[in-house]
Amino acid sequence: MTAFILRRLAQSVIVMLTVALVAFALFRFVGDPIASMVGQETTLAERAEIRAALGLDDPFLVQFWNFIARAVTGDFGISYRLQQPVMELILSRLPATLELALVSGILAFVFGVGFGVYTALRRGGWASSTIMTVSLIGVSLPTFLIGVLLIWVFAVELQWLPSFGRGETVYVGDWWRTGLLTESGRASLILPAITLGLYQMTLIMRLVRAEMLEVLRTDYIKFARARGLSNRAVNFGHALKNTLVPVITITGLQMGSIIAFSIITETVFQWPGVGALFINSVRFVDVPVMAAYLMLIALVFVVINLIVDLLYYAVDPRLRVDRANARH
Amino acid sequence: MATPLLSVRDLIVEFPTRRGTLRALDRVSFDIAEGEVLGMVGESGAGKSLTGAAIIGLLEPPGRIASGEIWLRGERIDNLPREKMRRIRGRRIGMVFQDPLTSLNPLYTVAEQLIETIRTHMDVSEKEARKRAVALLDRVGIPAAARRIDDYPHHFSGGMRQRVVIALALAAEPELVIADEPTTALDVSVQAQIIDVLKEICAERGASVLLITHDMGVIAETADRVAVLYAGRLAEIGPVRDVIQNAEHPYTAGLMGSIPTLTQTAERLTQIPGAMPRLNAIPQGCAFNPRCPKVFDRCYRDQPNLIARADGRQVSCWLYDAQVKEVSHG
Amino acid sequence: MSDIIKKPEPGRVARALDSDIAYSFRKSPLAIVAASVSLLIILAAVFAPWIAPHDPFNPATLNLMDGFTPPMEPNQFTGNTYWLGTDNQGRDVFSTILYGARISLFVGFMAVAFAMVLGITLGLIAGYRGGWIDSLLMRVADVQLTFPSILLALLIFGVARGFIPPAYREAMAIWVLIVAIGLSEWVQYARVVRGATMVEKSKEYVQAARVIGAHPAKILIRHILPNVMGPVLVIATIGLALAIIAEATLSFLGVGVPSTQPSLGTLIRIGQGFLFSGDWWILLFPSLTLLALALSVNLLGDWLRDALNPRLR
Repeated sequence: MTAFILRRLAQSVIVMLTVALVAFALFRFVGDPIASMVGQETTLAERAEIRAALGLDDPFLVQFWNFIARAVTGDFGISYRLQQPVMELILSRLPATLELALVSGILAFVFGVGFGVYTALRRGGWASSTIMTVSLIGVSLPTFLIGVLLIWVFAVELQWLPSFGRGETVYVGDWWRTGLLTESGRASLILPAITLGLYQMTLIMRLVRAEMLEVLRTDYIKFARARGLSNRAVNFGHALKNTLVPVITITGLQMGSIIAFSIITETVFQWPGVGALFINSVRFVDVPVMAAYLMLIALVFVVINLIVDLLYYAVDPRLRVDRANARH
Repeated sequence: MATPLLSVRDLIVEFPTRRGTLRALDRVSFDIAEGEVLGMVGESGAGKSLTGAAIIGLLEPPGRIASGEIWLRGERIDNLPREKMRRIRGRRIGMVFQDPLTSLNPLYTVAEQLIETIRTHMDVSEKEARKRAVALLDRVGIPAAARRIDDYPHHFSGGMRQRVVIALALAAEPELVIADEPTTALDVSVQAQIIDVLKEICAERGASVLLITHDMGVIAETADRVAVLYAGRLAEIGPVRDVIQNAEHPYTAGLMGSIPTLTQTAERLTQIPGAMPRLNAIPQGCAFNPRCPKVFDRCYRDQPNLIARADGRQVSCWLYDAQVKEVSHG
Repeated sequence: MSDIIKKPEPGRVARALDSDIAYSFRKSPLAIVAASVSLLIILAAVFAPWIAPHDPFNPATLNLMDGFTPPMEPNQFTGNTYWLGTDNQGRDVFSTILYGARISLFVGFMAVAFAMVLGITLGLIAGYRGGWIDSLLMRVADVQLTFPSILLALLIFGVARGFIPPAYREAMAIWVLIVAIGLSEWVQYARVVRGATMVEKSKEYVQAARVIGAHPAKILIRHILPNVMGPVLVIATIGLALAIIAEATLSFLGVGVPSTQPSLGTLIRIGQGFLFSGDWWILLFPSLTLLALALSVNLLGDWLRDALNPRLR
């Protein structure tokens, strides 16, 4: 078990270092860092002095090391465009993204598992067929188009829900601004959350359905039925629990995708989150923000992957022993 | 004669497919007496497992009982509502499946699965159920049962797992146990032990057994009577000794010729030429007619019925028709 | 010499494949509809300069008075009528859609071609060489698969954009986009080809080729490519739908193709701005086109996968 986790950790570190290298390269080689800091009248000598002071003459590895050391403490410099420390910018926008991602993730998981189980148990019913057909369209629809269409129907035509922004937000603690506690905040969250969660929901649903059908065919389910266990015990106690093993992995990984896809949703709904910040940084080649976002998203994925691995262990007793045995 | 524990009458199981309906079991009739072990043999695809599944009410759709009756101690069970049938499963009819590696849910401990089964059928406390579970495991020969009961299935070897499966099948003290190839997936070295455990416990509790297998050796050592299935039809039923030593149906005779004995090893066994027909290609008349060494014109025309013979034997073969009266159906 | 090397009869596999597919195609109305819609849009895009009633990028032919003309209604100032209406600058929406689909499809096809060439090459190398190259490539593939491809394309695009001097950014945007999308989708081709290569590598004819001194890699390529044609075609079809969606998404976000060459995604972004003023057609028709294109190509890919039934998973 420890060996396994250590191996995964090592792998994560390698991924993070690779991403850091890309981010560092962006910093170091895109444009002239000096030019963006000093005025036109600065002499060449002065520039060289600043160069040396900033460590830009140091060997590559030293500079890379310094970059990582600063990144670990959250120092990504100052945004070219907004003239604010990057970390401050990201932290102030993180709550918006996390709230959106969390609500979408819960929506996707609850409805995905629910519909998946339903369509697996009621194979061939008209409700199941309808759900399956709609889900096929859901998979093919680009996320941004779903958002635009939702805005058209519910914000423009019906005028039930706001089309952009977070609504009214209040502070919880020192820096966390939440929209979940106000009515307009919750109303503003509905359309973006559906937009962001729909695709993931379809994926989870199809996965749960396929896994469930597979599990329902296994011998241990037949044996459970042959022992006279109730339908509920067989379907939910035995079949669903076994289905959830792979579903948890995929759902966990979907959380990463949700945070990633929030870039699109946030742009469509002008949601003031990290994703919208990133898109603007790409548009204006705001390197410090881009680099920080790269590192952030890589970190999110690496951490989620680790958590999913650990969860896998918690749910499936076979892995615990197989790994332990493998060491002997 | 007393009412048999289980009585199957003219059972027909069909699978509707796009190209017509396949008849997987065709008018199968047999009885199992109290405390009796009935062996059921046949090649794979002959319908042995289907018979077991039909009795316990777990035919997989689209398979269905098209006609016929199944009686358990004088009560008809083939047309019971689902919920009533569920209460019979496990409680009155237990079932042991072929592969112990896949029969147990890998995510639950043995204790959890046993206690769940016991408490589904018996009104006992968790503690009492656990006590019974430990006793059961002990009885089926799991060493240190009280400690090992909290292990997961993958902690056990194949043979041990099959003992757990037997414990689970017997947890609610059923009157009939259907054992579907209980040793096929196991090492040869543990097969005999498993059969012994199964037989002993059932004898102890007075449970009858339907032992499904393609291993005539197991049947010879374990069963009281044997039923031979061929292409979904019963070829022959009779006491084990009689059928083995003096098979009446040409198919059974061929089957017996292919059992290795101690003196004659597996090198040269008599083989029946050809293969069992597929369900969509069963010939008219007797299903065995393309392979039968004693075939004659009537075999191509009419399908034979079970014919009662001396000593409680029955055989469905036209060779014996003129000599005795036909057993009526219905 | 070629007698020594046992080759499968040329064309036989292809012929069998062909007839099976043709049969399955005739039996599936959904596939026929999907193929027709895809083909129609592709042809319309290819022949856009001849079909389009107006040239939306020629300022000389534009009349601002024509702006915001609703579909099928004469403009209140000029009296001109447009099938699908006009946008704010008086551009014919139908024409912009034709030209937009042209850009979208160009990026889509080029990205798929790039991903295919890259994936097949890396897959062959990984499968044939094995060893550390194989482990490295497959590790990279594993890591990459944990990221959604649209995100990856976006990140690659953003990074690549950063490295390009500002003066060339607009001009090179489309090519950067193609590379970014292609890079985000090579993995599946590589996996299929690697698997097939590893199977073929151990077969006798490859050993025979070695014995007679022919370069085994050459022979491998000749034998593997026909074998993996089916799965690669399926991946490419579904990949085309993905690439079109990725391009549309990036352009919608305003970081894809330059605004001088609007794709369907760009048109949707522009159209979204006029939703609240009630000029719905500027948004609706490009959206429907994108939807029809993505859905029909996707359905075609699904059907193809079922028809060929390769072991893709």
